[in-house]
Amino acid sequence: MALQQIAGLKFPARNSDLVGEKDIVDDCLNASFNLQIPRFCDPVELLKQYSENEDSDVKIRFDHGTTTLAFKFQHGVIVAVDSRATAGQWIASQTVKKVIEINPYLLGTMAGGAADCSFWERVLAQQCRLYELRNKERISVAAASKLLANMVYGYKGMGLSMGTMICGWDKRGPGLYYVDSDGTRLTNYMFSVGSGSTYAYGVLDSGYRWDLNVDEAIKLGRRAIYHATHRDAYSGGVVNLYHMKETGWVKISQDDVLDLHYEYQKEKQ
Amino acid sequence: MECLIGIRGKDFVLMAGDSVAGRSVVAMKKDHDKMYQLSNRLLMAACGEGGDTVQFAEYIAKNIQLYRMRNGYDLSTKAAASFTRRNLADYLRSSTPYFVNLLIGGYDDSDGADLYYMDYLGSMVKLPFGVHGYGSFFVLSVMDRYYKEDMTRDEALVLLQRCIDEIHERFIINLNSFKVKIVDKEGIHVMKDLRPTTKQPEETPGTQSMDIV
Repeated sequence: MALQQIAGLKFPARNSDLVGEKDIVDDCLNASFNLQIPRFCDPVELLKQYSENEDSDVKIRFDHGTTTLAFKFQHGVIVAVDSRATAGQWIASQTVKKVIEINPYLLGTMAGGAADCSFWERVLAQQCRLYELRNKERISVAAASKLLANMVYGYKGMGLSMGTMICGWDKRGPGLYYVDSDGTRLTNYMFSVGSGSTYAYGVLDSGYRWDLNVDEAIKLGRRAIYHATHRDAYSGGVVNLYHMKETGWVKISQDDVLDLHYEYQKEKQ
Repeated sequence: MECLIGIRGKDFVLMAGDSVAGRSVVAMKKDHDKMYQLSNRLLMAACGEGGDTVQFAEYIAKNIQLYRMRNGYDLSTKAAASFTRRNLADYLRSSTPYFVNLLIGGYDDSDGADLYYMDYLGSMVKLPFGVHGYGSFFVLSVMDRYYKEDMTRDEALVLLQRCIDEIHERFIINLNSFKVKIVDKEGIHVMKDLRPTTKQPEETPGTQSMDIV
């Protein structure tokens, strides 16, 4: 990529004689072309001893604490996420960016392992750009989500943890796909992912209509995340809200849930 | 929590699958189609592990299309089912087994309509009617009671409706919509989604007005 050229790094050719110490960065860059198996015998067995299910001193705990949602309506797609990262009971951060800007007309959300989501969505961004260059037209949301689902399916059972929603606008109109690390890929008009998703669904389902106007839809998305953060201990921080339009995505707002709490309370009176 | 139903009639196979796609306790999609078209007159319904179903179904479908392109004619239902079973069995003891349960229904000019039932362990059997999932516990006896050879399309749909009603009556999971397709000589026909027939309160036996006893 660009950094490679600027830094003057030289990576060994793929079929080089340098067996053994292959460049790790090269592996990552070409990850989507070759299936990269972790370099020990059986990754599933080896990782099991470190996952939190077994009695082990070393625990790799994946942070699924999150609430993300997205829904289609007549004027596009609204994407709303919280911003809290937890490591067990500890709040590691309140300012995580859980919406990944793949390109100006494709957004991805993050739930599960942060590294898994941001890395694979960055590889997806690379693949989308290559598609554009080869075919002289933008990639469709269906194709982009299929690329991601297939990439991740190759690593099924090896410990990836990712629950993402791919949102965009292509020639078929607004598109919304749910892709996760087991290889599931679904399309629907509304999804919510994460530990707080059930609470978000409650507010979304009772307030949703296809013919909401932009303002009402934004308020609904914001409200749903707020209610999820109120009930779910593992969600919180700020609500980041994006609107996917025909011309691409626009970041609408960032609101602290504590402020929203007092605002909604006042409204009730 | 998924349910697939297949019924072989005189010269058609009726296939239905519930339309809920769920993850843990959440129903993420309520109009999900679990049936995949393998060729003009071959339909496969698949349930099981999330990514495996779609990946395996698409792999089989593409290979069947490839056969057609290479040879100029479609694989017979029996051959396609055997090919599918062989793939399931071969992958079973590999590091990436496919955890999918299948029903394959098809129409040939030589054998007529056929239904094959396959499970994730690679076993296969030709059946007049087959069910996958917890729904089978409730529905197989209904099929045993009311199924006859050489049913017409209407009779098969009535039988299917009985099955769906029984699932709705007794199964704890709410499966309130089924996608339905028919495979016959003309190809694959998409039917209207079937829902359980709603019973009016007067029809439920034993309900009375709220008198204090």
